[in-house]
Amino acid sequence: MVTYIFRRLVTAALILLGASYFVYLLTAASGDPLEQFRANPSPQKQALMDARTELLQLDTPAPLRYFKWFGGAVQCVIPFANTCDLGKNIAGQPVTEALGNALIQTLTLVTGATVLAILIGITLGIVTALRQYSTLDYGVTFMAFLFFSLPIFWVAVLLKEFGAIGFNNFLRNPEVPLTVALGIGVVVGVVIAVAAGGPMKRRLLAGAVAFAFVTAVLIYFSATEWFKTPGLGPVVIAIAGTGIAFAVTLLSAGLKNRKALQSALISVGVGVVLYFLLQPLLNEATFLMIVLLAIVFVLIGMGIGYLVGGYDRGQSMRAAAITSFLVGFLILLDRYMQAWPTYFNNSRVRGRPIATIGATTPNIEGDFWVLSLDSFTHLILPTVALILISLASYTRFTRSSMLEIMNMDYIRTARAKGLSERTVVMRHAFRNALIPIATIVAFDIGALIGGAVITETVFSVRGMGFLFLDGIAHVDPNPVMGVFICVAITAMVFNLIADLAYSALDPRVRVKS
Amino acid sequence: MAEDAASRISAAAGIEPVLEAKGLSQGQIVRKRFLGHSGAIIGLVVFSFIFILAFTSVGFLGIPGWWKYTHEQVSPLVNDGAPTSSLWPLAWGEHPFGQDRIGRDLFAMTMRGAQQSITIMVVIGLLAGLIGVVVGAISGYFRGWSEAILMRLTDVIIIIPALLLAAVMAQLAGRRDQGSWFASFASTNGVLALGIFLGLISWVALARLMRGEFLSLREREFVDAARISGASNARIIFKHILPNAVGVLIVNITLTMSAAILTETALSYLGVGVHAPDTSLGLLISQNQQAFATRPWLFWYPGLFIVLICLSINFIGDGLRDAFDPRQKKFNAKKAKEHGGPAVQASSVTGLDGPEHEGFRSEAPADGPVDGTRGN
Repeated sequence: MVTYIFRRLVTAALILLGASYFVYLLTAASGDPLEQFRANPSPQKQALMDARTELLQLDTPAPLRYFKWFGGAVQCVIPFANTCDLGKNIAGQPVTEALGNALIQTLTLVTGATVLAILIGITLGIVTALRQYSTLDYGVTFMAFLFFSLPIFWVAVLLKEFGAIGFNNFLRNPEVPLTVALGIGVVVGVVIAVAAGGPMKRRLLAGAVAFAFVTAVLIYFSATEWFKTPGLGPVVIAIAGTGIAFAVTLLSAGLKNRKALQSALISVGVGVVLYFLLQPLLNEATFLMIVLLAIVFVLIGMGIGYLVGGYDRGQSMRAAAITSFLVGFLILLDRYMQAWPTYFNNSRVRGRPIATIGATTPNIEGDFWVLSLDSFTHLILPTVALILISLASYTRFTRSSMLEIMNMDYIRTARAKGLSERTVVMRHAFRNALIPIATIVAFDIGALIGGAVITETVFSVRGMGFLFLDGIAHVDPNPVMGVFICVAITAMVFNLIADLAYSALDPRVRVKS
Repeated sequence: MAEDAASRISAAAGIEPVLEAKGLSQGQIVRKRFLGHSGAIIGLVVFSFIFILAFTSVGFLGIPGWWKYTHEQVSPLVNDGAPTSSLWPLAWGEHPFGQDRIGRDLFAMTMRGAQQSITIMVVIGLLAGLIGVVVGAISGYFRGWSEAILMRLTDVIIIIPALLLAAVMAQLAGRRDQGSWFASFASTNGVLALGIFLGLISWVALARLMRGEFLSLREREFVDAARISGASNARIIFKHILPNAVGVLIVNITLTMSAAILTETALSYLGVGVHAPDTSLGLLISQNQQAFATRPWLFWYPGLFIVLICLSINFIGDGLRDAFDPRQKKFNAKKAKEHGGPAVQASSVTGLDGPEHEGFRSEAPADGPVDGTRGN
């Protein structure tokens, strides 16, 4: 194993060396960094050209200049020496500094989108595999192909137009006309009826209930101007929490496990009590506090599960912990909604909250809630665009992987033993279907760092992709090399991790050493 | 009689009988399966329609087309540039897709853009397929040092970003005055040069796949048999192994092509692909996105064509994948319902929970996005 890893790392280093040399030459060959001065009639023309030549060491030919750059870059490998030198960009700023800023921007942009896309994609893939050749399956398959064929810049412009400008106009006067409410209700009802499955009667019933519920809620929201002063309140949290408790128990332990259901429901009750206790504390919130509270909620849930016990203590603990976490999330959501009017009426936002460009509103001031709402409203459009684009591959991949597993003999055996369908799907099939998905997830996380060049361009986020494009546009090899090295190293490391994870998860696959 | 019974039983379970393949060559089976895949057929029809429309309407390679405008021609604004076509009553009008601000006909521009995108797609597909097969075959069949060198080369190329290469090419093509043969070629045939460049880097995923196929096929008995009967390496590769790998090859070339369209449009959008005065679908969107509020049609039509081309290619690829997979038993939900009744009951007694899980669609999971060139 160690030999294998060592050999992979050595190969990776050699590949990196070759590729980086190639990339350096290409960037240097892509244009003339002095071009903007050549046509310049000003008298300091020569001085400016000399200054840039000095800065970028243009008097050294590119094949040799690479080794100068390499000499600086190789110091980054020395641990704790803090002598990392990736050169300077065309404006004289050190590349390491620019990379650090860009990395933060890119990760905030892409992480949420990737996690959500993975979660939604896997869920959809499994549901469609279980309902193979149903209307739902055909619908989702068609949508997957459609999303896969969409150019992201086109989606982004559409989102800006309808998602931002249209929604902001709606928020100015948040009234949902009766016809629109009915229309949305019908759409949701049809989707639910298609997704519900089972006999026609059950589908129609589910669709009708969803239609009535959604329409009523929309009319209520419109009448009370909910969109201007949104909020959940303890009652909604309690009702939604009960629903979550049932759903989580159904998936993780099965409703027959009464102890698990009890512990999930108790954790909802505790969550509602905590809702009142936490309000004063949340006014002083910081990011660290939110993280700690999330951990506390999970621990509370596990404690409840442990105390309730039952024949399978682990299952009760799991159900209660997940429920408790989700109820905590609802409380957080409610607090954000409470901060919404403040944000909405902020003098910098001026009632148009959904932003189309940038990562923050310039010069905005406010407490933790306002600031994080600000970054959410900036993130929402790029996140939706990225999810739409990357959803398709996860869905298709999970679906085919799950279908393959469901045809395995051990699934037949599990059914023959008389296990419930839930146990067969969640315990036997789902876990094994995740093995190949773990590989592509590792690849995608490796590719995260590269950022989404086009998304960043369209939404004017100054992340890694922006740095890269900007470097290319100005014929500036150092930032390009910086981005390239970061991306290539993460990609290779995660490739290795993917291979190792595969062999760890699936004992039939061995790494050859 | 026996055949009849067999077909009835399996049809009841929703699987088309394997016996249908009796007496058919592999090509015939594949063709039959492909024609039975309605999504792929619709994709094929849509793609052929766009192809013919794009290449006949505004002309290609100097041959004039039947449409009255060209993509560069400026004409007076009709109806303030809004599209003149309508569905009811069905009419084509003077400028069916409208005009841009200075009066160029959007239909002509879109058709020209579609031509460019399709050309690039085909060039990339052919080039990537050719290089991918050669590299994959050599490294998978001969192993040894040639494999080591070629695969390391593949590793190097796979991590070089396509964007950089396109930018370099765009820069080189921009320098007409330098007079090198490449610069003059690239500036006169911008699209072809872009396609060749992208083709030169998008073969890597195909090469890896082909190597895998060759590695597994060369260990098979029929290859041993051919070798013992004195076949040369070239004959084994071309006559014995390649025909068996052609399914994987064609499917993945199709998927590479659909990714290539998106890559091209993305590069043109970023300004490093096709350049003005020539036009492409990505360039049209990038030029017109600011005008969305005032002239939305300038944005809708090129985007619609990108989506249509890419979607139809994807569906064709999906149909090909289903058709070429020999392990696959085609599941037919309609037949399962019609003949359903007792057989389904019986199978659910055996714990198989209805017919759903009988339909074995073995889509090799890795067949999703073929390479990392998809821009997002």
